[in-house]
Amino acid sequence: MTAPLPRTQDNALLADAGDGTAVQLQGIVKSYSGNTVLHGVDLDIAPGEFVSLLGPSGCGKTTLLRVLAGLEGSDSGAVLLGGRDVSRVPTNKRDIGMVFQSYSLFPHLRVVENTAFGLRRRGVGKADAAKRALDALALVGLEEHAGKFPHQLSGGQQQRVALARALVTEPKVLLLDEPLSALDAKVRVQLRDEIRRIQLRLGITTVFVTHDQEEALAVSDRIAVMSAGRIEQIGSPEELYGAPATASVAAFVGLSSVVGGTADGASVVVWGQTLPLQTPATGPVDVYLRPENVVFAEGADAAVRGTVEESTFLGSMRRTVVRTEAGERVTVQHSPGIRPAFGDAVGIALLGEPVAARPRG
Amino acid sequence: MNALAPSRLTRWIIGILVGAFFAIPLISTFLYTLHDPKGGMSWVNWHKLIDPAFASTLQPIWTGLGNSLVLAVVTVLIVLVLLAPTMILVHLRFPKLRPVFEFLALLPISIPAIVLVVGLSPIYLQIARMLGTGTWTLAFAYGITVLPFAYRAIQASIDAADLRTLSEAARTLGAGWPTVVVKVLAPNLRQGLLAASLISVAVVLGEFTIASLLNRQVFQTAMVVVRNQDPYLPAIFTLLALLLVFVLLLIIGRAARGHRKARS
Amino acid sequence: MTTAVTPGADATESAPVPVGTARGEGSRRSASWAWLGLTPFAAYVLLFLALPTVLALASGLFTKTGAFTWSNLSALVDPAVLSTFASSTWVSLLTAIVGAVVGALVCYALLGMNPEGAVRQSVDAAAGVLAQFGGVMLAFAFIATIGVQGIITTLLKDSFGVNIFAGGTWIYEVPGLLLPYIYFQIPLMVITFMPALAALKPQWAEANATLGGTRASFWLHIGFPVLAPSFLASLLLLFANAFSSYATAAALISQGSQIVPLQIRAALTSETVLGRENLAGTLALGMIVVVGVVMALYSLIQRRAARWQA
Repeated sequence: MTAPLPRTQDNALLADAGDGTAVQLQGIVKSYSGNTVLHGVDLDIAPGEFVSLLGPSGCGKTTLLRVLAGLEGSDSGAVLLGGRDVSRVPTNKRDIGMVFQSYSLFPHLRVVENTAFGLRRRGVGKADAAKRALDALALVGLEEHAGKFPHQLSGGQQQRVALARALVTEPKVLLLDEPLSALDAKVRVQLRDEIRRIQLRLGITTVFVTHDQEEALAVSDRIAVMSAGRIEQIGSPEELYGAPATASVAAFVGLSSVVGGTADGASVVVWGQTLPLQTPATGPVDVYLRPENVVFAEGADAAVRGTVEESTFLGSMRRTVVRTEAGERVTVQHSPGIRPAFGDAVGIALLGEPVAARPRG
Repeated sequence: MNALAPSRLTRWIIGILVGAFFAIPLISTFLYTLHDPKGGMSWVNWHKLIDPAFASTLQPIWTGLGNSLVLAVVTVLIVLVLLAPTMILVHLRFPKLRPVFEFLALLPISIPAIVLVVGLSPIYLQIARMLGTGTWTLAFAYGITVLPFAYRAIQASIDAADLRTLSEAARTLGAGWPTVVVKVLAPNLRQGLLAASLISVAVVLGEFTIASLLNRQVFQTAMVVVRNQDPYLPAIFTLLALLLVFVLLLIIGRAARGHRKARS
Repeated sequence: MTTAVTPGADATESAPVPVGTARGEGSRRSASWAWLGLTPFAAYVLLFLALPTVLALASGLFTKTGAFTWSNLSALVDPAVLSTFASSTWVSLLTAIVGAVVGALVCYALLGMNPEGAVRQSVDAAAGVLAQFGGVMLAFAFIATIGVQGIITTLLKDSFGVNIFAGGTWIYEVPGLLLPYIYFQIPLMVITFMPALAALKPQWAEANATLGGTRASFWLHIGFPVLAPSFLASLLLLFANAFSSYATAAALISQGSQIVPLQIRAALTSETVLGRENLAGTLALGMIVVVGVVMALYSLIQRRAARWQA
């Protein structure tokens, strides 16, 4: 279990917590040797907000973060921190904190020296810097390890130190580039919650890059789903999950089965059942079904029949993949009490929740 | 972009300055070989290589080169027939011995040839009694000299090839050990074995210390002998030999790259 | 999961195997075949590495007639021997330092270049040739360049009126070793140090930037400290390499005992050196102590440095 945060009066970092800085990206365009990686991206982040950049590899999310950090320049567009244009300002003068995916701790310095590094670069005296570094380490629960070297710590502990190191200088914005991707699953969940807790307490504007949609949904105020160098949709986790604006958002966020249907304006017909559409469409469409909106049904209630292909036990629920007579694969989420076996003939139907659809062809 | 990399200007400055330092002696050597005793420059020295009038002056070099090539072959045999199988054996059966083996293989770096030859002297007296004073017996000492290089090349191949799984798969399919080694393991080690062989050839061609102090005629000792009669001939052979070894190492490097591509 | 039961060295004698079964006997037979398989190589190394080394070192402890004595070792404090060791030391130290610094710069210039590209491949091959196979041939190259009839010598004399040998033909004495030695020390440094430099993680430079550091402060606080152990280790290796080197010196200096390897040559070819018995062995002992200590230090530092390169 993670330790509780220290008391505010004992900890300089917590005591200094402020209101956060607004961040704006305007029209960021970036190309690498002929390939355009970012197509004029706009992003407005409110002070103290936790925004995730979510998308598959190659969508440009890390590039966008690095442009924000100043580690890469953009071909055109502007970066504003607290209303001030920092597009021409080099990284080391932007007053940001950044946590990298791995290997960023300096191997020859102890944990406390690593953490105090940014303060020392800003001219803070050794003793003063060490004290503030210890406060930052207390925030991540690692004050006892202050004298150790990075190679003596586990991956999760190293990333905690990296976080403390980024936060101790009280930067305007905290940038995290897939900080949990290299860690074990259990550590990942623990650490992401800790990051969120600290972020809320400090009120620091945060941009978090990840390819793990579950992670983004769990910790963010808003999520920007990116694909091929553009932001497809930006909204709260609930908005993205319930009302995906495009098919790629629907496909990426949450689990979906894709089936064929015919749209007619505000609704679509799938297997003879009529469902409301999230965005209007007409003609033949690919429809995205959430597993929790697909149920087993018998007799006349079944919209379509099929055969069980696989069934996975997930503790609090089961997910079963059914292949319909038309050959479509549909995932059904249901209580663990029902235990379909391979080859069982079943009938399925859809709950009347709105669905996302994309014109075919 | 690598944030650490130097600017192009820095690269060029260092490259030109250091490049000049290394190019000047080589270019000078080449110009030296073009020296014409009648004045000016010509290919007259190079013609001596094929001129029958200079055949006797050149004879020691051809003899030495021949001996060196024979030595290279025998040394490569020692590497392929003695070192490589032992390394495979240690890898498969005695993994705990690997640090010991590694220490052994790197020992010749710490024991200079000049020291080794003091102790080889009496040993080779005995060998002369048993096997004669032929130059080829030097290969036994050369096998030790090439040990660090050959070991590293073969070990890299062994580590990359997962011999244990391959041999277990072959064994469960019914192969006897000789078949496993020759038909399954060796082909997968081909790149490392080739690199080890080429490096051994290069080391043997360049060896001087042991041959010289044990009074054998090899390529390098021959060049020193001929230098006293004609200083231009050793210079010519220096250029040719350096070029040859350079090409050998390029081949080894290229083969490694091709192998890496195939794996990924 | 199925486990293949393979007989081998792993099979212990105490395993409950019925006596007389093929597998039981096979495992015992297989284990001893394996040990037997090690003997050819072991014998070879014993005969051609261990034995000569022991003979070389021990011969310093015996008189010509075979009686054990410590008196030979007193040769090591003989002024003639001490001055040779001193010469070897300063030549090795100087060429090691120059080689290390210039070599490190070359590695820096190569940093970030494609390892499979033409430049890296050529430099790697060239470094290999010059560091390990040059020997005698480097001597010839330098004689052709700055020897008495060398191209550069005549160029300087004819075009600039500068006679580099006005003070004596230093090329055939100890100072003449410096340039050829540096010629193979730099490539050796490139081979040895490149992995360390390549192990510097760009993330450190980026983290340094996000924390407010400059390029200069990066090298000062991160780059140099992290590289220092590897640099030192490489420096030691270069020192040992120069100290042990024989071929280049032998080709340049045909007579005399200016450095330790040449003194060993003189002792072996029975020139009258100090009239001491088994001087070669004593010198070999002294030499191996020096090189051994340096190499032990080298491997110690290298192991610690490797931890940061992981």
